[in-house]
Amino acid sequence: MAFLPQILFLILTAVAIWLFSKKAIEIKRNIFLGKPEDLNNHPQERWKNLFLLALGQKKMFKNPLVAIMHLVVYAGFIIINIEVLEIVLDGILGTHRLFLPFLGAAYAWLINAFEVLALLVLIVCVIFLIRRNIIKLKRFVSKDLNGWPRSDANYILITEIVLMALFLKMNAIDQVLQTRGLEHYQPTGAFLISSQLTPLLEGYSSEALVVFERICWWLHIAGIFAFLNYLPYSKHLHIMLAFPNAYYARLEPQGKMHNMVAIQNEVLYAMQPELAPTDAAPPARFGAKDIFDLSWKNLLDAYSCTECGRCTSACPANTTGKLLSPRKIMMDTRDRLEEVGKNINTNKNFVDDGKSLLHNYISVEELRACTTCNACVEACPVSISPLEIILELRRSLIMEESNAPQEWNGTFSNIENNFAPWKFSPDDRDQWASEL
Amino acid sequence: MKVRTMAEMMQSGENPEILFWVGCAGSFDQRAQKITKAFATILDKVGVNFAILGKEEACTGDPARRAGNEFLFQMMAYQNIQILNGYGIKKIVTTCPHCFNTLKNEYPELGGNYEVLHHASFLQQLLDEGKIKIKEGGNFKGKKISYHDSCYLGRSNNIYEAPRKVLEALDSELVEMKRCKSNGLCCGAGGAQMFKEDEPGDKRINIERTDEALATGASVIAAACPFCNTMMTDGVKNREQENTVAVLDIAELIAASME
Repeated sequence: MAFLPQILFLILTAVAIWLFSKKAIEIKRNIFLGKPEDLNNHPQERWKNLFLLALGQKKMFKNPLVAIMHLVVYAGFIIINIEVLEIVLDGILGTHRLFLPFLGAAYAWLINAFEVLALLVLIVCVIFLIRRNIIKLKRFVSKDLNGWPRSDANYILITEIVLMALFLKMNAIDQVLQTRGLEHYQPTGAFLISSQLTPLLEGYSSEALVVFERICWWLHIAGIFAFLNYLPYSKHLHIMLAFPNAYYARLEPQGKMHNMVAIQNEVLYAMQPELAPTDAAPPARFGAKDIFDLSWKNLLDAYSCTECGRCTSACPANTTGKLLSPRKIMMDTRDRLEEVGKNINTNKNFVDDGKSLLHNYISVEELRACTTCNACVEACPVSISPLEIILELRRSLIMEESNAPQEWNGTFSNIENNFAPWKFSPDDRDQWASEL
Repeated sequence: MKVRTMAEMMQSGENPEILFWVGCAGSFDQRAQKITKAFATILDKVGVNFAILGKEEACTGDPARRAGNEFLFQMMAYQNIQILNGYGIKKIVTTCPHCFNTLKNEYPELGGNYEVLHHASFLQQLLDEGKIKIKEGGNFKGKKISYHDSCYLGRSNNIYEAPRKVLEALDSELVEMKRCKSNGLCCGAGGAQMFKEDEPGDKRINIERTDEALATGASVIAAACPFCNTMMTDGVKNREQENTVAVLDIAELIAASME
């Protein structure tokens, strides 16, 4: 029976890791439903992006105050998780504060650092909750977030607050028990933050405190495992995917559009038929109608989006009341991808459900409002390009559905016949020069 | 002055230093023609040996591509690259950021490899080399000028400093709008929006941007793109400020201030 907690802990750990791996593999499979594209060139530049944009959060610093708060939560949360290593080992070995004898005086120093971070994380998470729910920042009250996305954001913040509180409470009880000379609770010295909480606990019996301490310990670690498994269903997945997304970010100038080699060749063969291969297969589809037609990087983008809305706040169309919201483009892409993923889980292979990203999720009116100004791309702290998806869907609209506003049809025919978007005679192109 | 075409240059066996890519707006739009003329005048004054394609120039395909019509884009690109390569063009300067972006970033993989400069960078070079000299006590000395970043120059190609350096040469007071450089707000014309009505919304983008420009108190809104110029000019008219605020291209500002 003495081993029961250890066995339970091992089972809990194994289940948590198994569930997470299963979902992680599914997400990877979903991402690679997109079209292949080689993004491995210039590794040095890519590593630089990973360090500057993902680890260094360079773009967050466009607003330094928010950047620092975000850094506190991020760094704090990651660093505190080093403590999880000790917790996991204690859980498996049935020990308590396994690292204490090895680290000696450094142990208290380390835990003090964790506690300070825990308190900072807790405070910032409260501030973030206030920004979302009381101050109601514009990008957080947008209708993009109605329903689950808004709750998702609050759940994450609340969970982080609870986890940090459990960690501090656990340490506080530990210190009270140390003063009562219980064998299991070796003296560590007072911890900076949690020692402030001990007066609240002095009144309880040692037996009750041991139970409390164990409850905090179990809830803390179970909470971390639950959080890990919550990530893949949440916008919070960005804490992991921001890294590959920065690495695979496009290195070309933002203004460059993705070339369509199939059409390039088609035009070439029309102009120079002698170059046309006899067995040239026509391209399957022009542009993107559904997630299968997008690049895998666009789909990684969708899973990396944390719905912060910086793109939408910067979007000239959105801020002047048009329907387009780049954030919604990313959320729609992920939602559709998840839907396709579930379809594959059920049917083994994708069975046509009569739906597509274009029309069922993203409307023509949204796509038509884009000025291709790249403000959304520039604003994204984790290297997402909503613009690429918008442009691929526009290609499908024009080339697959001949769905263009009347004025654009006129523009196209002018370009084709008069070599300019307006109906002027090509002979007058250099008229200005004679007026000099 | 006589502006010569590549065809004329070839006939006389000459090779120009640069090809001036005029662009459709610069060729046909009455307002943008003034920018074209100003830039050609500058080139002529400083003695840059340049040519234009004239009637052989065609739309780069930028608006078609961004609207989604890749076929039309590829057709235009094929045609232009044939002509440019046929003349053995090495260096292109253009006054349109959309042409600039397409020629510089999108033509190379289609077989069109040239050194492409936007006139902001080219004017900066000419100023740096001392080839352009600004008049003492020029027309814009001490005046408040606010530069509106073109998306296709700025975010698309990271050119923020060159147009500002050009304006600094005028000895005027440069004032920035609330959203500038990489945060600059679009004028509303890009992505083929220029060629259609706006989608339903609360406000036109060019009015939003013009309001921001007017809020700086500048008497000149400087642009480096013929489409931005049109949009901002419309905005200023809409706000009935056309008698107090001028929308001018950096080439026009330089041409009016040169010795």
